[in-house]
Amino acid sequence: MNTGPSKRAVVTGLGVVAPTGIGVKTYWANTLDGRSALAPMTRMDPSGYPIKVIGEVPDFDPYALLPSRVVVETALMTQFGLVCAEEALLDGELDPAEQPEYQMSVVTANATGGAEFGQREMQNLYAKGPSQVGAYMAIAWFYAANSGQISIRHGMRGPSGVFIADQVGGLECVGQARRVIRNGTTFVLSGGTDSSFSPSGLVGQIPPGLVSLSDDPARAYLPFDTAASGYVPGEGGAILLVEEAESARARGVRPYGEIAGYATAFDPRPGTGRGPNLRRAIEGALADARCAPADVDVVFADGYGVPELDRLECRALAEVFGPAAVPVTVPKTTTGRLYAAGPTVDLVAALLAVRHGVVPPTVNVTAPSPDCPVDLILGDPRETAVRTALVIARGHNGFNAAVVVKAV
Amino acid sequence: MDTLNLDGLREIMRQCVGTGEAVDLDGDILHADFGELGYDSLAVLEVVTQVQGRLGVGIPDEVIDDLRTPAALLDYVNRQRTEA
Repeated sequence: MNTGPSKRAVVTGLGVVAPTGIGVKTYWANTLDGRSALAPMTRMDPSGYPIKVIGEVPDFDPYALLPSRVVVETALMTQFGLVCAEEALLDGELDPAEQPEYQMSVVTANATGGAEFGQREMQNLYAKGPSQVGAYMAIAWFYAANSGQISIRHGMRGPSGVFIADQVGGLECVGQARRVIRNGTTFVLSGGTDSSFSPSGLVGQIPPGLVSLSDDPARAYLPFDTAASGYVPGEGGAILLVEEAESARARGVRPYGEIAGYATAFDPRPGTGRGPNLRRAIEGALADARCAPADVDVVFADGYGVPELDRLECRALAEVFGPAAVPVTVPKTTTGRLYAAGPTVDLVAALLAVRHGVVPPTVNVTAPSPDCPVDLILGDPRETAVRTALVIARGHNGFNAAVVVKAV
Repeated sequence: MDTLNLDGLREIMRQCVGTGEAVDLDGDILHADFGELGYDSLAVLEVVTQVQGRLGVGIPDEVIDDLRTPAALLDYVNRQRTEA
């Protein structure tokens, strides 16, 4: 049997809960259509808060999708993860009950914890006293709750864990899934989920000063545009069924693609005079995938929507690929930035682009900035064969990561 | 002051903990072990928290482990209330 790095990790199942759709089919149709879900906040009363436009998952009824027992002991972020995990297993035609429990792992990512659940119980603590804090507070708010609940629900007891690394966690966990597979596990459910639209969750997003304060859903999140004014926060999740390639072949399941390359690079400490390390992450992922820059058919950019950060991303892309030399898209313009979920949702879009030969567009950008010379896919989706796609993620305060997916 | 009966406890179990996929709380559950009803230790703790809040009785942590069945929980709570 294959061992070590010669083992390849392919993706055989996808699950998505996004502001633009619950389920891969709806998400993909709306993403190709460039239908945006950014809208005025309804989850909570926005008056008194500077953030007006967000990307909410509409009509998510956990009681219709999960047992009530599980719903009462989980935060929304975990419910997203559980729903995504079920879809990925179904899509990948994998019944966990038929597999050895230690051959299946769960590696997820989360950035903001179970914000709304935690706030409710903190209110109970201060308003009613310690005896009125629900017992599930102990397990529900925590970042690792998502891996734990998915593991328990499906009896997956192989090496598991959680990444907490702002946005890039959504790629780091998939890089780790590949490591776990190289070390001998056959299946890994992997991806990010996040939801933090309660007052306490929302205020935590304000201080870095990177969130757009625009009240116009069509103008609030404009990466690489002259009018870029920050990003719109969103919520959601995506889980991939990552599988050892020989297993997928033996099961007769057609992979969406291979996790062919992965790299991460943290920025130097401020004041060192050394620049950011996004380029190193991109080049590392390409080298890991044994790809030349010219092999890359499309880049799913990070697209922060913050002018200085957009310039830095464009510079890194130009240094690796040449100026405006590779098609770039930011489908997260339809959902907002979903924290740990965002890059995994981008991986789903990249794998669907590989399968269907069409790249979803970037929406709302009308005046690309001269400071950001990129070949941005605007308007209609672009039909083109995609053999190799690069997904980039950055997080607040120095995180960079990149993943290369390849057609199998 | 009101005591707690089995139907009242059922309501608390249902509303605050939900029901497992294969659990019928309407059946004869009085002497069933909480574990067999699909209520793990954390779920029992949640039921106890809600019972304390609704009836205003105190149930010390060291007692909770001994309250293995709805009957044991009801007996304990109602004894506290009679003594109060």
